[in-house]
Amino acid sequence: METRNSVRSVGPLVIDIENITKDYVMGEEIVHALRGVSLQIHRNEYIAIMGPSGSGKSTLMNMLGCLDTPTSGRYEFNGKSVAEMNDDELAAIRNREIGFVFQTFNLLPRSTSLRNVELPLIYAGIDPETREQRAAEVLTDVGLGDRIHHKPNELSGGQRQRVAVARALVNRPSIILADEPTGNLDSKTGEEIMALFEDLYQRGNTIILVTHERDIASHARRTVHLRDGLIESDHAGFIPEIDMATVG
Amino acid sequence: MKRFLYELGESWKIAVAQMRSNLTRSTLTALGVIIGIVAVTLMGTAIGGISIGFDKSMAVLGDDVLYVTQWPWKVVDDWWNYRDRKKIKTEYAEMLNRMIEKTPNSNLIVAVPTSSVFRSIKYGGNQVDNVFVLGTTSDFIVTSTIDCKEGRFFNELESRGGASVVVIGYDVADALFPSESPINKSVLINGQLFKVVGVNTRQGTFLGLFSWDSMVAMPLGAFNKYFSTNTESDVRVKVKDKTKLADAKDELTGLMRRVRGLGPEKKDDFSINEQQAFKSTLDPIKNSIAISGLFITGLSLFVGAIGIMNITFVSVKERTKEIGTRKALGARRRTILLQFLIESTALCLLGGFIGLAFAYVMCFGIGKAFPSFPINFSAGLVIVSMLVSVMTGLFSGFAPAWTASRLDPVTALRYE
Repeated sequence: METRNSVRSVGPLVIDIENITKDYVMGEEIVHALRGVSLQIHRNEYIAIMGPSGSGKSTLMNMLGCLDTPTSGRYEFNGKSVAEMNDDELAAIRNREIGFVFQTFNLLPRSTSLRNVELPLIYAGIDPETREQRAAEVLTDVGLGDRIHHKPNELSGGQRQRVAVARALVNRPSIILADEPTGNLDSKTGEEIMALFEDLYQRGNTIILVTHERDIASHARRTVHLRDGLIESDHAGFIPEIDMATVG
Repeated sequence: MKRFLYELGESWKIAVAQMRSNLTRSTLTALGVIIGIVAVTLMGTAIGGISIGFDKSMAVLGDDVLYVTQWPWKVVDDWWNYRDRKKIKTEYAEMLNRMIEKTPNSNLIVAVPTSSVFRSIKYGGNQVDNVFVLGTTSDFIVTSTIDCKEGRFFNELESRGGASVVVIGYDVADALFPSESPINKSVLINGQLFKVVGVNTRQGTFLGLFSWDSMVAMPLGAFNKYFSTNTESDVRVKVKDKTKLADAKDELTGLMRRVRGLGPEKKDDFSINEQQAFKSTLDPIKNSIAISGLFITGLSLFVGAIGIMNITFVSVKERTKEIGTRKALGARRRTILLQFLIESTALCLLGGFIGLAFAYVMCFGIGKAFPSFPINFSAGLVIVSMLVSVMTGLFSGFAPAWTASRLDPVTALRYE
């Protein structure tokens, strides 16, 4: 933990967002989920995106994860404009550049850890031998070397989330996007997962954490607060004085 | 292409795993297709059998024989024009034969008279009613694919002398002589004794069309002596070269006009028929049986297909979150489409395979239980029903698979 507050050199730009907006039509009403957000994320940053529900946090995460495209604004991922990409191009970006970790793990229930981790490699068109070998390696990396043939229901919550993390890592993505990764875990297991993220960060990965929990966000090196579809604050380190008590 | 095969292979593995994990549901759904395929396949074998039966019956007529008759072998609208024609007489055959002999390079070989009547036939305590009794000459075997299982056809001597001998069909022999050989036994027809000289090999009956199995043949002399009422007479003429059937027909028409003494201004007062004419009359009947049969059984397959479609829709709904996850991990629309299409197709193929196995067993059973029923379980049928299964799978899987592939990843991921 001695590197906790050490200053790191800034890597190349991975995500470059300028003034993006997102509108949804909800019945008769138009909801402005994002009203003009600009954000730059460099390689090997560890950033937490915080905000109460309705702040546009999830929408921003969907944009960052290339699950959705903005209504307006510029979004460049590794120098490529993704704002105008079609579904299949976005799928390719998600496959190669983004590793998702979900609150509910989202593992395929009837497949073993190995098969779950292999999934992104299947969509990348990797041959079966390489696939299996790489998936096993990554599972060993996250400490599940002895659980590769277990199915999710034979694993604990923490182990499941480790499988999900391995799945996110297996295609060597540019960023790891974790949406409330500890939301379904008890606090002790949550801390274990956060230690895993810390380890990944130390090994050079770029991590984006979306959460409303201060304890979790405090692991990040940079914190972005959203409110009403706008960035309220963007600080290096964690700023504990911002009052998040209004959030559940 | 390689990429596509790769995706195909992976989707196949996923589909098999999915079917296994939902075994009850998959089995029940496949049952619809199984029933459909069994119905369609059995119908197919029946149609194949009917077709073979028709052809077999047709073969009896011979494809190189012309038939001189009063009525044409087709449905006529102006029946009154044919009704008053003079009947065909058996003597014409002799006259024709004399003319054929005198014609150099004739396309015709020999004319054979036939007369027929329906009568009962008795031996000991056994009796068969409504037997087709045919009077003809020994040349008859030239014009027909007749073949004796036992004994022989009556010879020229018997033919000329009008001897009281008969050749009997297989079924007649079977009914009259259940436990002994009919050869040289005397049967009673119209109160007259005839000596059995031959028994035909079994030909099988089909819709009661032209089977030799239930008829008897005797020399024309004997026939004319004992049967004089309600007889029907034709003349059949063997053709030298069946590729020149049209020429032969023209020649025969000319000869028949001379026999009838028709002036050039008179129309033909007889008909010359061939197997083909008969076939073209029967073919539409055969085809409409086939089409309506396949349509009705096809409906049961359609119901099965709807079952598959329904279950695939349920599957897509249930696995919305999984689809979202797969999309987040980089699955493209095509990949998702393919995955669900293959799942429904795999289910249909499985159903088709089991259905085919059932149908095969059933055909085998029917064939054993009713040997006379024509069934035809061919390799072509196997291929066709497998293709039909795949088509059913693609057809029923497409709409749900399309829905799945179009799901918005954000919405799908949020789905609970």
